[in-house]
Amino acid sequence: MEILYAILLVFLIVCATFACLHKNFLTSVIIFMSYSVVMAIVWMLLESPDLAITEAAVGAGVTSILFFVTLKKIHAMDQEKNCDEETDTSEI
Amino acid sequence: MSKIRRDYENSLWRKLVRFVYGENDSFHEKAGYDIEHPETEKRKEETFFEEVDYTKKKKESDKFFAKYSAIAEKRGEKVYNHFYKFLAAITCFSIIMILLVTVAKLPSFGNPDNPVNNEVSERYIEQGLEETGAVNIVAGMILDYRAFDTLGESHVLFIACVCVMILLRLDKETNDPEKLKALENDRDFEPKNEAILQHAAKILVPVIILFGIYIVLNGHISPGGGFAGGAIIGSGLILYLNAFGFKKTEMFFTTKTFSVVSVSSLLFYSLSKTYSFFTGANDLHSIIGPGTPGAILSAGLILPLNIAVGAVVACTMYGFYALFRKGGI
Amino acid sequence: MLEFLSGLNDKPFEAVAIILFGIGFTTLFLHPNLIKKIMGLNIMDTAVYLFLAAKGFIYGRKAPIVVDGVTSMEAYINPIPSGLVLTGIVVSVSVTAVMLALTVRLYRRYHTLDIDEILKIIRKEGN
Repeated sequence: MEILYAILLVFLIVCATFACLHKNFLTSVIIFMSYSVVMAIVWMLLESPDLAITEAAVGAGVTSILFFVTLKKIHAMDQEKNCDEETDTSEI
Repeated sequence: MSKIRRDYENSLWRKLVRFVYGENDSFHEKAGYDIEHPETEKRKEETFFEEVDYTKKKKESDKFFAKYSAIAEKRGEKVYNHFYKFLAAITCFSIIMILLVTVAKLPSFGNPDNPVNNEVSERYIEQGLEETGAVNIVAGMILDYRAFDTLGESHVLFIACVCVMILLRLDKETNDPEKLKALENDRDFEPKNEAILQHAAKILVPVIILFGIYIVLNGHISPGGGFAGGAIIGSGLILYLNAFGFKKTEMFFTTKTFSVVSVSSLLFYSLSKTYSFFTGANDLHSIIGPGTPGAILSAGLILPLNIAVGAVVACTMYGFYALFRKGGI
Repeated sequence: MLEFLSGLNDKPFEAVAIILFGIGFTTLFLHPNLIKKIMGLNIMDTAVYLFLAAKGFIYGRKAPIVVDGVTSMEAYINPIPSGLVLTGIVVSVSVTAVMLALTVRLYRRYHTLDIDEILKIIRKEGN
């Protein structure tokens, strides 16, 4: 059980770091989504199922969808299609 | 201190001083400058030409100066940015270290004798089932003992949705259509008839919404409750919107639906909580009893409050998405 | 050297919560992009919730849902942090939505999301 705890916690830290550092917005939002899902599992292990359900619905669902819509609004996704260079997307 | 004279410029002493220093001739001043000497005219012309020359020179020197000052400014900015980043990194690191040291001194993890587990939680656990009738102690806590907290929170959600509406709503009447189209070309991205998405949505949306309703209705006897269930129902509505477009969604969900459902839910919440505080808050006996724990129709007001909260949350989540997408619900 | 941190050995969840808080705080402080800043704020939120939930956990006890009518304190974990965090999660999503709406408005006005560029443009327009 402790190994599972360790794996989940390390995964949390790695996910948070890469969600903050990645230059591509779409990728970092998806990493943030997986971070939320892992956080829901951690709350399940901490014996708070109410929090786990709410986080899985709100954090991984609605928040990520709002991020995606914002990325669409600021045309971050269109630019990735047009030019493959990462520098252009990072300038947005 | 001597007293200050306001008309010092016109005083005799001042005139004498100016005369002594040769700044002006008191005689000339009296006579005025009616007579124009040819000398002064000549001087005027000279100064005129000089001024032109001077402005030209100034422009050149300004250019020159601007060129070099821009370089210096840029460099200063760069140095300032590096310095700022360095200081910010040090601040972040020191805050993390201070917090870590503080956490290392806290009582150990998972110990039942921690000061967190005091008489408040004891009271909630031991008397909660009797007093509220809710099997899920967390639901009984947030919707009965601390219902005021949850009331404020549902209002926070509603107000957030209103704020997003203020920020992102598009007025059709005021703006001209071309500008509107250029600004909001997202409406052209109305979901096309994608067979895979639509068939999947046909199967999934009823299941998702049914699951959300199940979680809302079972909030007092199993984990979940109004917040989780409302978010799930909202996600189902968002999926339906993405698959079938705004025209079909507007058949059953418009701005009017949004305002009626959320405002009536909030009103119902406020009124029922007023009733609860009025009759059965502590000692008086409420008409709505706790019922048998574990049944669906039990736990007094918790079930209707869960439904109200779920309705508000579902409307808000769908409203956020629709406002971001097309600037209107 | 790090003996002042030796107390963290038996508190893995709290330590990870603080580290996540630090990551989110650093992103909020140092990243110039507004969307990354909002993401950092979200990570900070979840870190605080993780800390609270970890404070309420007790080894060997179950979730606070009454089973078979047992209502003694020794059977269940502390329900108060769960209630607090449940309210917090939903408030954080509304805060995120409002901030993203503000970001969309800023992008429409200045056509960039870099906070330094936006400040430069504002300064230029002010002069």
